[in-house]
Amino acid sequence: MRELSLHILDIVENGIKAGADFLDIRVQESSADDRLIFSVEDNGSGMPAEKARNIDDPFITGRKTRRVGLGLSLLASAAGRCDGGITVEGRAGKGTRVRASFRRSHIDRAPLGDMAATLAVLIAGYPHIDFRYTHGVNEKEFVLDTRDLKSELEGLSLSDPVVVHHVTESIRRSLEGLAETHPEPPMEGPDGQADL
Amino acid sequence: MAKLTFEDLKQIKEKTGGAMALRLGRPRATVTVHLGTCGIAAGAREVMNALMAEIADSNRHDIRALAAGCMGQCASEPHVTVEREGSGPVTYRQMNPDKIRQVYRRHVVQGEVVSDFVLNKA
Repeated sequence: MRELSLHILDIVENGIKAGADFLDIRVQESSADDRLIFSVEDNGSGMPAEKARNIDDPFITGRKTRRVGLGLSLLASAAGRCDGGITVEGRAGKGTRVRASFRRSHIDRAPLGDMAATLAVLIAGYPHIDFRYTHGVNEKEFVLDTRDLKSELEGLSLSDPVVVHHVTESIRRSLEGLAETHPEPPMEGPDGQADL
Repeated sequence: MAKLTFEDLKQIKEKTGGAMALRLGRPRATVTVHLGTCGIAAGAREVMNALMAEIADSNRHDIRALAAGCMGQCASEPHVTVEREGSGPVTYRQMNPDKIRQVYRRHVVQGEVVSDFVLNKA
């Protein structure tokens, strides 16, 4: 995946397929210990212990449309080559928490990318599911909770793509302001392309 | 702690022309973007954002953009399925922001299937 925000979208999709109706997404960037950590916690059906042990094996999957599951194994290898890794905690029936850690300045770390676009897709695409997004950069923090947003928008519906589009624009402005406090290092390869 | 401010919310309400949820009846058309791992890696998120920007530009409150999982035909992702009121679903393959804009204007708004991009017709 070209951006960490695409991995996040993918992991959130897993939780939604597991029947979650609330997902807690956290991103924490810290210059003191040079880490970028994100986690996705859902209240879905959870994962059997055997599956959680074999989490980076692409041939262990719950899906039925094809026999290879790629999302978590792609994330595990992306984190693994940036002096990090992933942990998956969960019990059947109790939801799942996926946490991925990266050395922030690692040359192979994909940029976080367009997190506002990821949130837009989730908010519009799953109008009956709630999301909380917390993004911390050192001491600063941005929080978006769709449960608050739904009550504050009084009468405007988050299942209306027009509303979501304008909400996304203000999320994007807020996140750009946050990112300016701690800019991403330049990290494009010689051909200007990050790898998958 | 930064959140969306009151000012942001006021602007959103003005820009959307205060389209009240009550005015939203049954959607006239539903556009589903397939967002499995394969679709996301192939650019489905950008397709969905381009679609929402088109809907916002045309200020249509009677069209839904939804997300769904992988259909099992990962080689021709990103897939998008269009369902207009009164006609069956049509799935498009290998979408990108330019193609979804064409599909939106011609099929979703005007009802003309863009046969060059069709995966199958149900």
